[in-house]
Amino acid sequence: MKTFLEEVNEKINGVPIQRCYHCRKCTAGCPMAFAMEHNPNRVVKMIQMEKREEVLASGTIWLCVSCETCITRCPNEVDVARMMDVLRQMAIETGVGAKEKNILKFHEAFLANIRMGGRINEPTMMVHYKLKSGDLFSDMVMGIDMFRKGKLSLVSPRTRDMKSVHRIFEKTRQS
Amino acid sequence: MKVSYYPGCSLHGTAKEYDQSVRSVSHALGIELEEIEDWSCCGATSAHSTNFKLSIALPARNLIAAEKKAQDVMIPCAACFNRFKTAEHHLGQDPELKAEVEEIVGGRYQGSAAIRNPIDIIVRDIGLEALAAKVVKRLAGLKPVSYYGCLLLRPPDVCRFDDAENPVLLDRILAVLGAEVRPWSFKTDCCGGSLTISKTEIVVRMVDKLMEMAREAGANCLVTACPVCMANLDMRSSGDAGLPVFYFTELAALAMGQEGPEGWFRLHRTDPRPLLKGLQLL
Repeated sequence: MKTFLEEVNEKINGVPIQRCYHCRKCTAGCPMAFAMEHNPNRVVKMIQMEKREEVLASGTIWLCVSCETCITRCPNEVDVARMMDVLRQMAIETGVGAKEKNILKFHEAFLANIRMGGRINEPTMMVHYKLKSGDLFSDMVMGIDMFRKGKLSLVSPRTRDMKSVHRIFEKTRQS
Repeated sequence: MKVSYYPGCSLHGTAKEYDQSVRSVSHALGIELEEIEDWSCCGATSAHSTNFKLSIALPARNLIAAEKKAQDVMIPCAACFNRFKTAEHHLGQDPELKAEVEEIVGGRYQGSAAIRNPIDIIVRDIGLEALAAKVVKRLAGLKPVSYYGCLLLRPPDVCRFDDAENPVLLDRILAVLGAEVRPWSFKTDCCGGSLTISKTEIVVRMVDKLMEMAREAGANCLVTACPVCMANLDMRSSGDAGLPVFYFTELAALAMGQEGPEGWFRLHRTDPRPLLKGLQLL
């Protein structure tokens, strides 16, 4: 049985996170730390302490925007941003889902849109997201404004070789 | 010079002014753009946030297509640039992943196409002198702060583009165009990225902070090279907090006396035309 730490380290496949000595440069530079319930460096410690459920169920891992400031500044080169990617993926794959539901729904709508046309068609992606999230009316004025300016074309060029795009999605499908 | 061109999805949509201004400026500087054959989305934030292999395979499909031509790839969108660079980094370091991705995408990956953003190509290949020689209307009175954002620069060993804490290449371009570039400490502070849709209130808070700091630095506008940063800075400031924002190529086109800028400015949410008309630049 792998520990949570071993599993996370294996998936990161880089510098093992226990190299962290809690200098807190990651937390100090994290633009989203103000909104997170656990500081990034605290998540590293929680993984070492086997707090699997708490970590995977936290909103923290979904609020990370992958600005990469943490790994840029970490004196031990711990890839905190990649750790957050791994934790998100584990939350999905183990069925925990996302505490920040709309953030995951956005990602799902985005990827479904790529699968459909090879490229993002922004208005159809937004409609899909709105239907999934139930957030139907925010940004409506802005959306109409952009539509009038020709920035949201419902018809946009697609990738022709959709077979190759579908193949990529099929072969990387998560259980 | 001739380069392969990867516009990415947003440049065909909400960032169309960036695409049009990049094309216009490239033409003026003698850069011939050849769009990558049948390109597909790089996966942006959503792929790497949820599925690592997908996030490498999607850019890899385009890299394999781009490698068919022996020329550099210009990628204006900072997110696409970062994803391509990240894919290149992982494929170069992990032979097992490379073999797996090649099987998924169907093709051989050589790592031979250099992935560049337009700031890099303009400064390092065209040269600031050549750019200066094409300036017919110096942007006098324009006081921009340069906003690089996150993904052009970080992580530094992946992007290898400019200093990750105090980058200067965009500032140099703007100075050559005649603008009075204001120094500030927020060049690389995150705008909130893709949370603009799902956590709008967070992005508003971050954008308001950037606008406050820009004003404190004595700026009357911001300049960026990223479609998501542009969307956030242009559309998410609260009340009167917002300053106009430009893609650097829009200003380059303006300074080189090209047709097009006024049409692009009309597409912005925070109208920059009053500022430019006040400075007699429009």
